[in-house]
Amino acid sequence: MKPESLLYPAPKGLYCEKGNFYIDPVQPVERALITHGHSDHARAGHGRVLATRETLDIMRIRYGDSFCGESDVAQLGETIAIDGVRVCFHPAGHVLGSAQISVEAGGRRIVVSGDYKRRPDPTCRAFEPVRCDVFITEATFGLPVFHHPDDRAETARLLASLKQFPERAHVVGAYALGKAQRVIALLRQQGYDEPIHIHGALAKLCEYYQTEGIDLGDIRPATLAGDRRPDFAGGIVIGPPSAFADRWARRFAEPVAVFASGWMLIRQRAKQRGVELPLVISDHCDWAELTGTIREIAPAEVWVTHGREEALVRWCELQGIPARPLHLVGYDDEGE
Amino acid sequence: MKAFAELLGRLVLTPQRNAKIRLLADYFRSAPDPSRGYALAAIAGTLSLNTVKPALIRDLLLERMDDVLFHYSYDYVGDLAETVSLAWEPPADVVPEDIPLGEVVERLQRAGRSEVRSLVRDMLDRLDTAGRFAFLKLVTGGLRIGVSARLAKQALADLGGKDIGEIETLWHGLSPPYVPLFLWLSGEAEMPLLSTPAVFHSVMLATPIGEGDLDGLDPADFAAEWKWDGIRVQLANIGGVRRLYSRSGDEISGAFPEIIEAADIAGVIDGELLVGGTMRTNRATATFGDLQQRLNRKTVNRKLLEDYPAFIRGYDILFSGERDMRPEPFQVRRQALAALIETASPQHFDLSPLVPFSTWEELDRLRSDPPDPVIEGIMLKRLDSPYLSGRMKGPWFKWKRAPFNIDAVLMYAQRGHGKRSSYYSDFTFGVWTEAEGGAALVPVGKAYFGFTDAELEVLDRYVRDNTVERFGPVRAVRAEPEAGFVVEVAFEGLNRSTRHKSGVAMRFPRIARLRPDKLPREADRLETLQAMIGMKG
Repeated sequence: MKPESLLYPAPKGLYCEKGNFYIDPVQPVERALITHGHSDHARAGHGRVLATRETLDIMRIRYGDSFCGESDVAQLGETIAIDGVRVCFHPAGHVLGSAQISVEAGGRRIVVSGDYKRRPDPTCRAFEPVRCDVFITEATFGLPVFHHPDDRAETARLLASLKQFPERAHVVGAYALGKAQRVIALLRQQGYDEPIHIHGALAKLCEYYQTEGIDLGDIRPATLAGDRRPDFAGGIVIGPPSAFADRWARRFAEPVAVFASGWMLIRQRAKQRGVELPLVISDHCDWAELTGTIREIAPAEVWVTHGREEALVRWCELQGIPARPLHLVGYDDEGE
Repeated sequence: MKAFAELLGRLVLTPQRNAKIRLLADYFRSAPDPSRGYALAAIAGTLSLNTVKPALIRDLLLERMDDVLFHYSYDYVGDLAETVSLAWEPPADVVPEDIPLGEVVERLQRAGRSEVRSLVRDMLDRLDTAGRFAFLKLVTGGLRIGVSARLAKQALADLGGKDIGEIETLWHGLSPPYVPLFLWLSGEAEMPLLSTPAVFHSVMLATPIGEGDLDGLDPADFAAEWKWDGIRVQLANIGGVRRLYSRSGDEISGAFPEIIEAADIAGVIDGELLVGGTMRTNRATATFGDLQQRLNRKTVNRKLLEDYPAFIRGYDILFSGERDMRPEPFQVRRQALAALIETASPQHFDLSPLVPFSTWEELDRLRSDPPDPVIEGIMLKRLDSPYLSGRMKGPWFKWKRAPFNIDAVLMYAQRGHGKRSSYYSDFTFGVWTEAEGGAALVPVGKAYFGFTDAELEVLDRYVRDNTVERFGPVRAVRAEPEAGFVVEVAFEGLNRSTRHKSGVAMRFPRIARLRPDKLPREADRLETLQAMIGMKG
């Protein structure tokens, strides 16, 4: 069976005709396999969903109990047969519960990486390389300029700024699922044990991470209740990036705008968003990790999706690895 | 280099003045000599290095990187130094080092022309990403971090608990890496002694009159003078040492030997350098265009000296002999200046005359219709103000004549830098001239400011939607008599130019307004501009 007929891009997402299922579909479908809980990959309204227990929990937290018709838990490393297609989930190292999905039929195996990273992350299981004929890789940071620095050095910069500007609140923008918890966990690892205040949009997910045994320490809501209105001077406040344009952000004492994202590597990006202290912390692979992973897995063919496909396809060509862009639509390639 | 790189990174993204000062002062406190002194020099613009051309840096990267991947990367990042610093991959066996900035600067200063290439490559290999970026900004000569020399001096003043005036007084007598300055600021040494007393002293600058600035001010508290269109200079003769400085403190004595020779005065004066005749010899002052014949030259020949004789029109006095006049009020200084000029060579010195007035309305009329074409506006000086270095609002105001305006047609656009790297924000515009086969546009200038952010959106969209040709980074846009974009361009004056095809060069052009209501054929003609040459707005 040719890989192109086992799995191909259809209007609703990546489709397996033989098994009649989609992977991370962007519209409601009868049967969906979900790699991880970010909202552009995990949407509500599918008939039947197969995903890791954590991803299903996250979807339930985000969309409510009726997020799908029927849900099945995928155990990592356990092969499930769907109409003669062998499906298996493997850890992707992206966020809690994230998985790659291998799809196998007629002696061919395709691995859909979903979003993934190779750096250690205290909040999720590490990526495991899986041998395959076709590796479908993301390319969010698929340009040779992206070299993510050590994440501990980045959070150390935040702690240094806190000492330098103790009268100002350090307000950190971080995506609600994954990044926020990782930043908190990193700060805790570095011995920061002051309370960290969070925006309401982060509360349920942080609570969930804690019930999963990830220690985030003393977390409190960044609310203004009570007679003495706190201005959070000298403290760390974490909120989703979208909250920074809201009136929510006006409550802080001379805030230092901090943003934790792989995009913060590009100065212009930081400047355009009015970020004063960019922290380059990414839940995706950088260029060296993308190319290193392709070398390590050594697939016969590489398909590239969401992000800067053209550069990664070019690199594969230079290495003599057949590669092509998948042109899937509906994924947020700014997804950090 | 790490600490300096982190400092640059923070400064670029920090808008608040006080936060910038704290970042600078903290850096100066903790960084060692001579690194901190070179950092200060880089920020204040006093560091002289053999600069490296961007093409060299790009070449070095392409030694190791695929051309196509480079283009994808550069196109995405938009800044060459940043692209190279990010995409650079050192050999696997090289461990990044924190090379002190002082060592980097001294190696660059020692390197011969032929060694630069390998030195830059070696540095890029050994530094980390942030270090590479700081290094590249340093060697390409464009920090662009939004910090003025004045702000850096304020940080020094804060660091040592000194007054910024003390720093300004010393500033031009010191040079990188400023070790004695830092020793003094940290209390480990006495205030540095200046090697020559004829050092440059920072000049006093005026702020432009803005809307409502004159409300509540009493005309009787101010003296008015014409603002002459030459270059601001400082002439020192202390103990026989004669020096002529531009207003930024560059020594230009060599280019004006006749001034140095005639500087038979004791003290330091502030004035406008002009060419032509002085008022004391009853001859006309020549235009800025004429003065330009004498600028940017290291030496001068006899013909230039005869055709364009230079003189100084005195504005103020800083030292009379050895006596510091700066704390004295304007009126007292003015008397001292007048007395000094009275004794000086009439061909080389005259006194900037006062402009009598009793109301702001009267002054406004004088400003709009001055008696001499070499006047570019009015200066207002508080009678009781001391001579303060730097630009502060209150004691001195400048009130310029209205600029010239023409309607021109957008011809070419180029992407901007920094915050504007995703916008086409550098515009070349032209006016109509008669050519073979009918009217044609000829470029007359380039402007990259004057418009609002909203207007930039409009211009950028026009460029993207109406590109007819590309030349590297430059886009030619549609510009025909019946289809194109008209902009109103304001500028301070026009000079004749042999370098420009149009034969004219604008001074300080900017885009004053967008004129989507006009058709390109209604834009101005080259003859209109030619008639403006030498005129003042």
